[in-house]
Amino acid sequence: MKKRIVSMFLALALTASLAACGGGNGNEGASNGNQGSEAGAAGNDGSDAGSDAADGAGEADGAGSSAGSGEAFKIGGIGPTTGGAALYGLAAQRGGQIAVDEINAAGGINGYQIEYNFQDDEHDAQKSVNAYNSLKDWGMQLLMGTVTTTPCVAVAAETAEDNMFLLTPSASSTDVIEEDNAFQVCFTDPNQGVASAEYIAEKKLATKVAIIYDSSDVYSSGIHDSFKREAETRGLEIVSDEAFTADSKTDFTTQLQKAKDGGAELVFLPFYYQEAALVLTQADAMGYDPIFFGVDGMDGILGAKNFNTELAEGVMLLTPFAADSQDEATKAFVEKYQAEYGEIPIQFAADAYDAIYIMKAAIEKAGATPDMSASDICDAIKTAMTEISYNGLTGAGSEMTWDASGAVSKAPMAVVIKDGAYVAAE
Amino acid sequence: MSFLTYLINGISLGSVYAIIALGYTMVYGIAKMLNFAHGDVIMIGCYAVFMTMSMQSWPPLVSLIFAVVVCTALGVIIEKIAYKPLRRATPLAVLITAIGVSYFLQNSALLLFGADTKSFTSVVTLAPIKLAGGDLIIPGTAIVTVLACVVIMIGLTLFIKKTKAGQAMLAVSEDKDAAQLMGININGTISLTFAIGSGLAAIAGVLLCSAYPSLSPYTGSMPGIKAFTAAVFGGIGSIPGALLGGVLLGVIEILSKAYISSQLADAIVFAVLIVVLLVKPTGILGKKISEKV
Repeated sequence: MKKRIVSMFLALALTASLAACGGGNGNEGASNGNQGSEAGAAGNDGSDAGSDAADGAGEADGAGSSAGSGEAFKIGGIGPTTGGAALYGLAAQRGGQIAVDEINAAGGINGYQIEYNFQDDEHDAQKSVNAYNSLKDWGMQLLMGTVTTTPCVAVAAETAEDNMFLLTPSASSTDVIEEDNAFQVCFTDPNQGVASAEYIAEKKLATKVAIIYDSSDVYSSGIHDSFKREAETRGLEIVSDEAFTADSKTDFTTQLQKAKDGGAELVFLPFYYQEAALVLTQADAMGYDPIFFGVDGMDGILGAKNFNTELAEGVMLLTPFAADSQDEATKAFVEKYQAEYGEIPIQFAADAYDAIYIMKAAIEKAGATPDMSASDICDAIKTAMTEISYNGLTGAGSEMTWDASGAVSKAPMAVVIKDGAYVAAE
Repeated sequence: MSFLTYLINGISLGSVYAIIALGYTMVYGIAKMLNFAHGDVIMIGCYAVFMTMSMQSWPPLVSLIFAVVVCTALGVIIEKIAYKPLRRATPLAVLITAIGVSYFLQNSALLLFGADTKSFTSVVTLAPIKLAGGDLIIPGTAIVTVLACVVIMIGLTLFIKKTKAGQAMLAVSEDKDAAQLMGININGTISLTFAIGSGLAAIAGVLLCSAYPSLSPYTGSMPGIKAFTAAVFGGIGSIPGALLGGVLLGVIEILSKAYISSQLADAIVFAVLIVVLLVKPTGILGKKISEKV
């Protein structure tokens, strides 16, 4: 009898841990849950997508001919405008809209107007592919998206099959640009890690560095790996290198205590602002005040709901865009964004704004016209992408260029949070 | 000195687990079912406080009482709608229903409050205590959590030993049918158990979110699982067992994070659970259960 009870408890514990897998992962949990409930529908969509892909060029031609009467380029956008990552998707949608309005007001691309259609994917890979398919039905010729990495990997695979041009403003994994139709406006994850280490070493911000990262997240661990390598070659001493996972992302006191014991002057936080807000709160409660250094996922921390922004004072982050920058283009963009949406734009808005202008530059270079099919446009401008150089909001004044891999080359820039606003660091 | 800091953090985390574990242990002890929705009742309690205190700027104490009322009502309603019709059903059916209720609460919260993580304002305003020239800092939330845990534990034990309702609970847990023959209202007693367990969940939730101030619809699920583990660890059905199990679990988790591996901490916690159950299948303070075959 005893044995039976034990085995029952163990079975229950197992059930419990399974339930935890389904529900315990914060935002990812949300998407898993949704995936679960939609498994049936998703399967159908998958096969639909498959048959679309089988139609291949035919489908794309269809899209082209529907726009064939063709006064306008149809640019689609995908990103999370609801849910946990909504801050990023909304910013990208709005930034893109401003660029489209500007271009249309100035006479369009080679005289053709742009039609812009931005779809929500809730930061969910399955929903993102659905959004992509409905944009194709709409007649999309170029894709500006997707905004977040995990969905973008799924959509990038679809676009490769359809030969649809993809330019992501902010999905930073190298997986996104594996195929030759995909390009990035933002740095890749490894480049962010390297650039952060370079910046810290060159500006002599610290010699003793601690790292806290999310080992269950590709984005975070990707940056962590390249940062660590670069930091070591540049003579930074890593005094503690601690991980957390999606299941235990509320208690950071232990990781912080280790950083403190190791005498770290700077703590590197390569993950999203939701967890970063907790780290800052707990460090404050411990009376630990090093320099906190984040990457682009940290962008948005000032907009986190009910977060005491005083805690973020002095936090540095590597991001290619600073809203207080004094150059004319940035000033004009920030002014327009504020007038339209009543808030200071974050990096994602600037990325999307640049993405639309980069598309314009590439289309002009290739001489593409709206009556071409999506596939023909893609063939024409993917060569043009490697030939253009573009000076935008997110290049810290440098020319952005692309090689055939799709990764961008531009100068990084650090901002520091001062008096509740992002300010360019010296 | 850092060992002491880890220990304090562990005890404080463990106390939260212990208060949650009480909810599991009471319901299991009396209704003989595992209420997996308990973790999500905690989350609802947190939202009740967040919505009233941070959004409507109610005084902390008032919104805490409001949360306790909301959770108590929720617990009783869940019991009436989802569990009572299954009183004679197999334990497995009840278990699956509980998991269903858990997902129902999570998804309702997603709809009502959205998926974005909210920063919770701590209800504890007690200043941290600094010892050894600032090397050892005991956060205010840790002190309040441990105190609350001890007070609740003593209160609950007294309630069960000294009051009629408590004695009725004991009787129902010993033998439902015999208790009914003695004139005890079984449904009333089980409802009361759920009410108390869920009311405690609100307090646990507020302490959890004060210590780790992030709130999302999934806030309750992982601590819920850990607390369930703590309840099994200490001996499910035993009130002091929940305290012991919770505190041990918290300390093991923090110490293994600090000295072994921050990635493997959860794996180590569950490995310890398995070892304990192999040696002592009823948990550390669990009673030996003799069943008629």
